[in-house]
Amino acid sequence: MTISIDPQKTNNESLQPKGWLRYFSFSLDHKVIGIQYLVCGFLFYLIGGTLASAIRIELASPMSDFMPRDVYNQVLTLHGTIMIFLWIVPVVNGAFGNYLIPFYVGARDMAFPRLNAVAFWLIPPSGLMLVASYFVDGAAQAGWTAYPPLSITTPQSGQIIWILSVLLLGGSSIFGGINFIATIIKLRRPGLKLMQLPMYCWAMLGTSLLVVLSTPVLAGTLILLSFDIIANTGFFNPVLGGNVVVYQHLFWFYSHPAVYIMVLPAFGLVSEILPVHARKPLFGYTTMVFSIMGIVVLGLVVWAHHMFTSGTPPWMRLFFTIATAFIAVPTGIKFFNWVATLWGGKISINSAMLFSCGFIINFVFGGITGVALAQVPFDIHVHDTYFVVAHFHYIVYGGTVFIIFSSIYHWFPKVTGKMLNEKLGILHFIITFIGFNLCFAPQHWLGLNGMPRRVAEYDPQFQFVNQISSLGALLMAISTIPFLINVFLSVRNGKDAGDNPWNALTPEWLTSSPPPVENWEGEAPLVVEPYGYGKEISERK
Amino acid sequence: MTTLDSSKEIQKNNSEVNEKHEDFRMFGLITFLIADGMTFAGFFAAYLTYKAVNPLPDGAIYELELPIPTLNTILLLVSSATFHKAGKALLKDKNSESQKWLFFTAFLGIIFLICQLFEYFHLPFGLTDNLFASTFYALTGFHGLHVTLGTLMILIIAWQSRIKSGRLTSQNMFPLEAVELYWHFVDGIWVILFIILYLL
Repeated sequence: MTISIDPQKTNNESLQPKGWLRYFSFSLDHKVIGIQYLVCGFLFYLIGGTLASAIRIELASPMSDFMPRDVYNQVLTLHGTIMIFLWIVPVVNGAFGNYLIPFYVGARDMAFPRLNAVAFWLIPPSGLMLVASYFVDGAAQAGWTAYPPLSITTPQSGQIIWILSVLLLGGSSIFGGINFIATIIKLRRPGLKLMQLPMYCWAMLGTSLLVVLSTPVLAGTLILLSFDIIANTGFFNPVLGGNVVVYQHLFWFYSHPAVYIMVLPAFGLVSEILPVHARKPLFGYTTMVFSIMGIVVLGLVVWAHHMFTSGTPPWMRLFFTIATAFIAVPTGIKFFNWVATLWGGKISINSAMLFSCGFIINFVFGGITGVALAQVPFDIHVHDTYFVVAHFHYIVYGGTVFIIFSSIYHWFPKVTGKMLNEKLGILHFIITFIGFNLCFAPQHWLGLNGMPRRVAEYDPQFQFVNQISSLGALLMAISTIPFLINVFLSVRNGKDAGDNPWNALTPEWLTSSPPPVENWEGEAPLVVEPYGYGKEISERK
Repeated sequence: MTTLDSSKEIQKNNSEVNEKHEDFRMFGLITFLIADGMTFAGFFAAYLTYKAVNPLPDGAIYELELPIPTLNTILLLVSSATFHKAGKALLKDKNSESQKWLFFTAFLGIIFLICQLFEYFHLPFGLTDNLFASTFYALTGFHGLHVTLGTLMILIIAWQSRIKSGRLTSQNMFPLEAVELYWHFVDGIWVILFIILYLL
């Protein structure tokens, strides 16, 4: 059965506002929705970053003198939740996925445009609800993990709003995942084979599979948790005969794959950016595809390595240690593929390239500490210390956020038709890179020496190292200023970019910049070799 | 046509691209049902873990009466068959017959819900009595929510199928097919739930 598309019906061009107003409308255009995700996510990043700065100011001194302890707990909970559910997941999936995937598969829009718009518009209200919960009797205090019994015993209103908000964001994420799977599998332009797709499509396919398989489990778990809080049931309440470890299993069944939901799309994006700026084909395309799918499969069966101190039986420890160590293999393959892509390339040192290289360096560091954390004896020593905080931020900030910035520098000319200022971009990179490493590298040492995470006060012997870390956080906060100036100046009077300033070969560059409403003036181009750099056109397959 | 290369296959495929495409709404629905199934899988996993490791307090009742849930199982299985009948009738353009079968399916769904409520009111335990009671109500309640939504959707498509030129015709079977798949899914979940919760 086929459906004929009526442009009036699918895109409703004539009914939608023009200019900047369309970004505030229920637009069905995947490019508008992508930018909505990006800007909305960035605003929440600023809020989350402010909260992070507050945490580092508090930790600059051993006593809790900047804010009361319960406020500190609220701040760290909001920081974690906002950064994960409102910045990284929506931006690295929703923003870049919506903008790029239809181009990559040669389509005019996503498979389900209306569902797409619904998925985006779930985000602002739930985000605002989450932030507003601070002003209603205090926000949630149990951390982004909301472990019971802590989440049952802390003030209820904040926790319930937190649950509602995460449920809505999870729903948005599932709708997005369904859309991406359908778009990549079903909406490919005729003649385009799966193994000819740009790597970001594979990354998004893997990510969306994880979203669809694991997010519903989190939703179910949070529903049970809300019953415990509101209706006085005892699913996770030991006093009433419940079992807290069941919550941890169900929670990490989502939240470990969530790490891959946050980092796999970044793997895809960096695989798009490196070949363009190194003028070389992506090294090892097939191994890249199989390692993404390997990570998806393994990522679903490693969750209990977060729970080695929760009375896990020995066989479980053994299984999850080995499974986790196995993930290092596909991840290592990808890492060497990126390095091999750069090797011998004609590398242009620009902001996009610098942020991508920064990603590679930070990510290998975070990956190594990840393998270390999978080993039970070591994990028991550093569990719930700053070592975990350092590892985690090396993955999500040093990894994913670096790639988000790299992607903004890379695709800004596509979206606006203007170039970003390179000098400000390089300044942004230098401050971010130094600030990030200054902030989080010392935290490994803090964790190894036993400083617990999520506590407002600490042993005075750690003060000096904490102050170094806070200095790094200050630099990270400052690094946003040149970026914001750059974006505002370049949108208004940046240098004209032309249609394809990087001479890239991936399909999104084969239309005008910014692209027309339905992506292509005529037929969608068929790109069977998106990474055919350094070859004559006749040599390409 | 802007392509980076030009093999013959591509030229052949280029006609009518983007004017028509395959209907992938069903594909999206199946993906959604997999996600929905994972929610139930999480609940089942929690229930089975509780059963294995968390002893109930002395005197807790965890044996359930079987007649009503067995009747419910039969009701749902029969309703799946009647739904299938409705689809077949619509395919042959027999709208009123199709509508009759749809109303009968919805009727079976409502009877299921009434039986479920009857069971709730006659059980010797409440939601917060013990862990078994809580999980029992959470699981059957979440499933009952699915049955309620399904019944409402069946009533809607039954209304839509009343005339031959309406929204639901043999040319546009999608609404019926979608609700039918959802209904079979809810059925399948009930069978698993019945085995795990009542028989195990």
